[in-house]
Amino acid sequence: MSPIDFLRDLVNPDLAFLPKALLVAVMSSIVCGVVGCYVVLRGMAFIGDAVAHAVFPGLAIAFAVSGNLILGGTIAGVATAVLVAVFSQNRRLREDSVIGIFFVAAFALGIVVISRAPGYAGSLQQFLFGSITGIPDEDLYTVAVTGILVLGAVFLLHKEFVAVTLDREMARATGLRVFWLDIVLYVLVTLAVVISVQTIGNILVLALLVTPAATARLLTDRLAVMMLLAPVIGGLCALAGLYVSWSWDFPTGGTIVLVLTAVFLTAWVLAPKHGLLARAPRRRAESIAS
Amino acid sequence: MNALRVSGLAVDLGGRRVLTDVGLTVDRGELVGLVGPNGAGKTTLLRSLMGLLKPKAGQVEVDGEPVRRAGTGLGYVPQRHEFAWDFPLSVEGVVMTGRTGRLGLFRRPRAADWRAVVEALDRVRMADLRTRPVGELSGGQRQRVLLARALALQPSALLLDEPFTGLDMPTQELLSDLLLSLARDSNAVLTTTHDLPGALYTCDRLILLNRTVVAAGPPDQLRDEKPWMDTFGVSEGSPLLKILKAV
Repeated sequence: MSPIDFLRDLVNPDLAFLPKALLVAVMSSIVCGVVGCYVVLRGMAFIGDAVAHAVFPGLAIAFAVSGNLILGGTIAGVATAVLVAVFSQNRRLREDSVIGIFFVAAFALGIVVISRAPGYAGSLQQFLFGSITGIPDEDLYTVAVTGILVLGAVFLLHKEFVAVTLDREMARATGLRVFWLDIVLYVLVTLAVVISVQTIGNILVLALLVTPAATARLLTDRLAVMMLLAPVIGGLCALAGLYVSWSWDFPTGGTIVLVLTAVFLTAWVLAPKHGLLARAPRRRAESIAS
Repeated sequence: MNALRVSGLAVDLGGRRVLTDVGLTVDRGELVGLVGPNGAGKTTLLRSLMGLLKPKAGQVEVDGEPVRRAGTGLGYVPQRHEFAWDFPLSVEGVVMTGRTGRLGLFRRPRAADWRAVVEALDRVRMADLRTRPVGELSGGQRQRVLLARALALQPSALLLDEPFTGLDMPTQELLSDLLLSLARDSNAVLTTTHDLPGALYTCDRLILLNRTVVAAGPPDQLRDEKPWMDTFGVSEGSPLLKILKAV
């Protein structure tokens, strides 16, 4: 299918779900791209994964009682993040073990809850792998408003997040509330995940958080550039992924993730300073010198 | 009036008393070395002065005023490995993070903040590398960036934790020259170190710490071997004591 045909389908009133899916996918990719920069720079990809899985019981309960999915997912994600933060205070267990316990438990709870809801198989599939059909109009607004709130919070707290990521000890010594800033960041990650789950699915959402930010990191040494580049990469890959999946009838979430991965691999090879090709002559020179 | 005055400081770690009745002073214009074996409580002392640990007892005064919130008026240079050096930030960006806590929530740096950053970088002679990503700096340059970050708050006293560890010889010497010139520039500088010959040679005064202050004074008044043996737990004939005699 040519891009022109894709454009034609986007404005076709019979396919009204398609532009809505595109908007939600692009908006959530932008938000995830920005928040993902902190996830990548702090090395908290595992926490991102945990939060992504932890929102599942909230979504399942909200689905079962026909409640608000975003609210349900957020409550479950934040509750799990707080549990992890509290249980990590015990010095005998490292944080990654605590995360491993709670996120699988949360996921298990979600599976049990959703098995009790009518229409179990179809909705499970939709939660796990995403779907572009059946996005209600109000979800568009919820995603837009939530996304703007998340980006606003990032804008306001950016210098604190940077200070905490760089050097926790020093951040604490200069009077920053490190514990609360961590909680706020977890909440922002949770919100970014929740608004993305609809189109890309619970299992694949981690890619939206990590891959665009990691790709941007390869391309620049400037944080400001990275935080602009990551959402642009995320948004464009969402657009390209939706186009490819629509043309060939591939699952949307999986296609978007594969496009993101292809862009990441390209950057890994071709990036101007940190890419494989840029590093190769330097490494050869070093090995000759030594 | 002392830039920093500590008296009767006691600190517990994990239910065990680590520091007892610590008293010390640092004046503007002097470079003071804090020495002692591993586990003597050097880092614990600095961390409790910065408010990262809560002391059980004791008073801290900065410029003659009792401090209400620990760390006020003090610049801190923690050990170098605590820092995320792979972070994509320039030298001046890192130095600005030293002022983040003081700026307050939702406030952006103003002209005065940038002036303080440039001045701090000038004083550690890093102004020409202002825009360099921190990941590309050498060990000695990294140490100077951390020093500038502490100076950016224009503190009354500077506290440094093991700034010399992991640096090669000319870099160590450059750094101790820099600390000395900062002190002469009417700063109060307190640094922990394991480099005893360097400390004996460079510092105006030494504080021998092991759970408490064993002895303190200018190096030439610390010729007696006894406090050194007590502090470091070494016996007569130890190479440490021979170094002491040689300097």
